[in-house]
Amino acid sequence: MRREFFLRLDRLARNLTPFGLTLALIILGMLPVRIPDYASVAPILAAISLYHWAVYRPHLLPFVAVFLLGVAQDMLSGAPVGLFALVFLTFYGAVVLQRRFLAGKSFLVYWLGFAVIWFLATLELWVLASAFHVTLLDMKAFLFQYLVTAGLFPFVAWIFLRWQQAFLQQA
Amino acid sequence: MEERPSTFLRLAAPLRGFVQRFTYLGLILAAFGLMLVGKADTVLVDRARTHVTDAVAPILDAMSKPVTTFTRAVDNVRDLADIRAENARLREENARLRDWQMAARKLDAENQAFQKLLNVVPESAVSHHTARVIADSGSGFSHSVILNAGESQGIRDGQAVLGNDGFVGRIVGVGSRASRVLLITDINSRIPVVIEETRVRAVMAGNNSGRPRLLHTLPSQRITPGQRIVTSGHGGAFPAGLPVGIVAAVTDGGIEVQPYMSRERLEFVRAADFGLGGILESNDRADPASGGK
Repeated sequence: MRREFFLRLDRLARNLTPFGLTLALIILGMLPVRIPDYASVAPILAAISLYHWAVYRPHLLPFVAVFLLGVAQDMLSGAPVGLFALVFLTFYGAVVLQRRFLAGKSFLVYWLGFAVIWFLATLELWVLASAFHVTLLDMKAFLFQYLVTAGLFPFVAWIFLRWQQAFLQQA
Repeated sequence: MEERPSTFLRLAAPLRGFVQRFTYLGLILAAFGLMLVGKADTVLVDRARTHVTDAVAPILDAMSKPVTTFTRAVDNVRDLADIRAENARLREENARLRDWQMAARKLDAENQAFQKLLNVVPESAVSHHTARVIADSGSGFSHSVILNAGESQGIRDGQAVLGNDGFVGRIVGVGSRASRVLLITDINSRIPVVIEETRVRAVMAGNNSGRPRLLHTLPSQRITPGQRIVTSGHGGAFPAGLPVGIVAAVTDGGIEVQPYMSRERLEFVRAADFGLGGILESNDRADPASGGK
């Protein structure tokens, strides 16, 4: 009885890790880093997390959770509410569609997959944000942000792969 | 769920795919709906945002401390390298500033004497609340930061926020322990300003880049790079004379302003209550006697 309870608790904790880790990355991305011009190119780390779980464990991160994470990103960052919810959902959906192609490939292909799909998502972000403000926003900031996010991908993805191997082997 | 597929689940499998697709489309529509609501009813969205920020504030507060300590340590090491040159520069600056101080004292005394002679209505006293920046949203979507002080610390909507270098922005959402500052570079920011020497008025509009632009200036008004820009005090939202920035470039595309504040150096800021009701409080503090909306 007791053992059963702890097993269930354990499984619950494991099942919540994708959501928890992504939320942690969203909050981490908000921290004020005092590097000149960092603020305008601050990477969207949550995208890397979404990509990882979409490829490896989509059943642990349902669409509703992705939606909530997007809303959290909007609320905290001050972006128009719904913007990231929409972009995260389409990004996540696109990756889930391609997951059979992406899973188990070499790391370079895995990285390239992120670079391509997140680029399209960045374009979507720019189009939506510009439409929301009814003006053409400076595209440079978006491009640099994209480059920083794609550049940081290997580090974050490596940690996620390690984490998954350590804790989510049987999930 | 995956390990023990019951008969029910096996039967429901095709249905599940359908439900999943339906949920996905529903959520996409919901996100669109949220954006529309955000466009139409900013007050509602701001309130929701304030609650979320309030809830996360303690985490951000705790996490931003080591970041601050780390960057300060890095700064210290960097400063040590050129401490000698810095010292010489400061000595020189100090001498120059002393001259200025004398001039300022003389002018202040003179000014007070004149004000007394003319019976000038005194400006209301200023009360400051200093707070720490605990989050910076980053990115080209919005330029705002979160402070670790809220309603209980005396922060109110619409207060002017000042940094070490000058005017930073204004408070746009106050929770019980955190508040959000809309920076002057944000696309939603409009600040009535005036060119200090020529007294030419303009509105400074942010555009989510580091350089806001001046709007509503006439071609005949001569604006040249290097001129100082201060708040004009029009509209009653902010007091006049807060340093904002300098004219950086005058092109066909518009007049660009280089703000004095730099976003990455915001650490402690002051939210100043100048006792001005302003134009911002449309429903909270509207005074029927004043006749204004």
